[in-house]
Amino acid sequence: MSAPPKSTKRPVKLGCKSVWKIFGDNPSEFLNQTQNPSDEQLAASGMIGAVRDANLDILEGEIFVIMGLSGSGKSTLVRCMTRLIEPTAGEILFEGQDLLKADEKELIEYRRHKMGMVFQHFALLPHLSVLGNVAFPLEIQGISLAEREKRALEVIELVGLKGRENYFPSELSGGQQQRVGIARSLCVEPEIWFLDEPFSALDPLIRREMQDEFLRLQSMLKKTIVFITHDFDEAIRLADRIAIMKDGKIIQIGAPEELVLNPADDYVAEFTGNIPRAKVLSVRAVMANATAKEFGGKVSADTKIETLAAKIIGSKKPFSVHDGSDIVGQISANKVFSVLAGQE
Amino acid sequence: MSSTATSFEKPAERSTNWWMIWGIALALVLICYLIKDTIPWAFKYPRSWTIPLRFWISDFMKWLMDGLDFGLFTFRELTRAIAWVIEQPYWVAKSLLASGFLNGRGSAAIEIFPRLPWVAVIGIVMLIGWKAGGRKLALLAGGCFLYLAVFGQWDSAMTTLSSIVISVPFGVMGGLLLGIAAFRSPRFNAALTPILDLMQTVPVFAYLVPILILFGFGPVSAMIATIIYAMPPMVRITILGLQQVPEEITEFGRMVGSSPRQLLWKVQLPAAKQTLMLGVNQVVMLSLNMVIIASMIGAGGLGFDVLNALRRLKIGEGIEAGVAITLLAIALDRLSQALAKKPAPTSEAFQGTHRNNPLKAYPYLSAAIALIIVTWALGAFFPAIQIYPESWEITTGTFWGDMVKWININFFDQLDAFKNFLLLNVMIPFKRFLLGLPWIGVVILIAIAGAQLGGWRLAVLGALLAIFIAIVGLWPKAMITVYLCGLSVVIACMIGIPIGIAAARNERLHGIVQVVIDTLQTLPSFVYLMPVVMLFRVGDFAAMLAVIVYALTPIIRYTDHGIRNVPQHLIEAATATGCTKRQMLWKVQMPLALPEIMLGLNQTIMMALSMLVITALVGTRDLGQEVYIALTKADIGRGLVAGMAIAFIAIIADRLIGAWSKRRKLELGLE
Repeated sequence: MSAPPKSTKRPVKLGCKSVWKIFGDNPSEFLNQTQNPSDEQLAASGMIGAVRDANLDILEGEIFVIMGLSGSGKSTLVRCMTRLIEPTAGEILFEGQDLLKADEKELIEYRRHKMGMVFQHFALLPHLSVLGNVAFPLEIQGISLAEREKRALEVIELVGLKGRENYFPSELSGGQQQRVGIARSLCVEPEIWFLDEPFSALDPLIRREMQDEFLRLQSMLKKTIVFITHDFDEAIRLADRIAIMKDGKIIQIGAPEELVLNPADDYVAEFTGNIPRAKVLSVRAVMANATAKEFGGKVSADTKIETLAAKIIGSKKPFSVHDGSDIVGQISANKVFSVLAGQE
Repeated sequence: MSSTATSFEKPAERSTNWWMIWGIALALVLICYLIKDTIPWAFKYPRSWTIPLRFWISDFMKWLMDGLDFGLFTFRELTRAIAWVIEQPYWVAKSLLASGFLNGRGSAAIEIFPRLPWVAVIGIVMLIGWKAGGRKLALLAGGCFLYLAVFGQWDSAMTTLSSIVISVPFGVMGGLLLGIAAFRSPRFNAALTPILDLMQTVPVFAYLVPILILFGFGPVSAMIATIIYAMPPMVRITILGLQQVPEEITEFGRMVGSSPRQLLWKVQLPAAKQTLMLGVNQVVMLSLNMVIIASMIGAGGLGFDVLNALRRLKIGEGIEAGVAITLLAIALDRLSQALAKKPAPTSEAFQGTHRNNPLKAYPYLSAAIALIIVTWALGAFFPAIQIYPESWEITTGTFWGDMVKWININFFDQLDAFKNFLLLNVMIPFKRFLLGLPWIGVVILIAIAGAQLGGWRLAVLGALLAIFIAIVGLWPKAMITVYLCGLSVVIACMIGIPIGIAAARNERLHGIVQVVIDTLQTLPSFVYLMPVVMLFRVGDFAAMLAVIVYALTPIIRYTDHGIRNVPQHLIEAATATGCTKRQMLWKVQMPLALPEIMLGLNQTIMMALSMLVITALVGTRDLGQEVYIALTKADIGRGLVAGMAIAFIAIIADRLIGAWSKRRKLELGLE
């Protein structure tokens, strides 16, 4: 498993240990008899391995993206994490406590106060206004009307829907509906925020806008986020770390840069192959040792090549690369061009 | 069966096989005829072989009513208690709408407080119409109710309405609760489904008898019958509505930490509201239909007027009451449909809500209450506002009577010739043919059809149900039912399928047909008896005509729908190949629409069977008559057994056609 992106080690918020979800007749007995069943064993007994031996740690405050095509098991995995689906085997550790051991009452408490979820098709209640929808999770908790509407109005303003509190879902565009979905999930101030393909049902332009909005919100809120998508571009844009799934298995977990530089197999390479490297690679990944006497400018080691490109064009001298106050290397315009040209 | 899709050879192989089996079976039947004298039992089921099931049932009921004692209370006390619970709200509704609040009984009763003035009732109906669907609906509903007042049908109509007003909430709530239970527990669902099937196929008359015994003669029994009759669709729609709630909405409800109760009442039921309201509409319409029929066990009201007119052959009075039922049905249907179709609330309406001012928050309710108070007060001084004055009433009874007389004088020969022609050349020969069939042969043919269409389970089911009819000694009467039903259905198809095809190909005609069949479908079955009796007097022919008209709607609807639903890309492909319109219809649309049309046929058969029982009133000699006689004699066993026989005919037809349609749809890749 790869290292977290930042140098400081953060605590694990949610962990999955050998999580399995198998559909079929009596799957748990099957799993007991056949340890770690192969594709052939699953097929032979008519079982479907939706999630197979998933191991991952989601760190506090990071955006963790689970990426996979349809049928890869990503939606099932996130539903196992929230126990919307009971896993066949394994452990789901929320701050070290196994969620699978929680009884119905404890689970309701977790969901009321610690978790929020956004759905692909918004899942808004058609009979409630924007205000009613956003305040709904608080209504379920039994909070008084005045109190819950006050808090709901705050989050509605946060997602930019102020003035539309009394609209009903059928009167809103897709993008606005998902803003309601986001506001609703944030209303309870969850500690971990699940987003299940939240922007997949939106048009490309709106999707882009919503991604920006999402990043803006996260820069303010600093939630721990599990984000599901089938769109690798989206994953690259948003993720601190990405887990790539295929046929129920997690193939690789890593920061976008790592996936691009060291794809675990051909399947991952197929996704990363089409990604413009300058967007993903940071200066640190391609810099050389600092040998020059004079530098044309300064750049931080974590800067993306794309960002550096505009500044370094025309500079005959290389830029010095800094990590904090130390100079850790240098980078020349030629190097940047070769990344932009896709040669690195 | 499942391998059909994978191989092109197999179906051909199998069909030759079936041809041979059918050939052998038909040959067997023929042989039966040749040796008829040596095996008379195969043609006429011997009386000594019959099982006296009807007497067993009657004895059991007798024991239930007289012998069963739970210790604290007897069974009879239990049924009376249930009746009491329903009687209280009914008494309030009836006092309010029809009789006024009375002290004392019979002619000695003194009115303590008057009923709702007719002006107020019409006003309230118009307010509901306005709220649900706007001014047009308000005028329609108000007009329908005005007719009731003007044509002297007010008292009866209000009696009928008070039964409905009370039955509907019971039916809706009962259906909702059963539906929720079935949705939550698959096991309960599995147990409930066959009961619902049976409840919807057993003719209504059949369960009037046990209810009559259990709860006595009177409006409460009629309402219990109504509730039982109207509940099954609500149960089904509740299950369907809850199942159709998007998975994500349910997941959302669970993710915000709803308890199971919150999930159901705050998330799933509101999300299913649109579908549930359709169920309410169904309950309202079925309740009206049943309240009319239940006039036979003392519901009173408009149904009793029609029944009375039929018995005395007072056509004019019957028609007036029939029109009143029709208008009441249309008003109730449009109102409840408008409520059901009411779109999701909008911000405009919502922003107009004033939480703290009830007058502004509930303008319609406030207006209704004001109206009641004002008219009640004024009614004390001006009786015309309280009760529609008799001198203002118009009666068309004599007009209708004269018209029927005129038709019968001028067209008697033509009508009679038409009737006799069909009777002598089609109906009677067909009836003789069916009655002449050996019962054992029919059982074998049903079994083979079952095996071919749906496998051995269906074969066994069909054969057992048919054998039951023979064993209880009702075979000849069942054959008369099959003859009347069969002919009616064939004629209904001959009329309905062409209309459906035409409607599918012409938008304007489609619009007209929709309105006509929507209206026909809201009419209680009783109403259909009036015109046919008027023109053709009693007998098989009149019965058949009523059945045909009643059963016509589904075959038209499904044909139209089936052809319209042929996938557009296939139509485009056929057009691109150069199909003429005629080729398009016969080579593309009809074959693909056939499974859907068969479902329409299925519905038509079901409706024909249910109507057939009601036509017992105009003198048929089939199972329906058996049930009707049992009703008049309060003979539970006889009524239930005959009712079950009808239900079994319905189930056999339903399963065979359903199996065929399902298989064909799979083969065509439409499902």
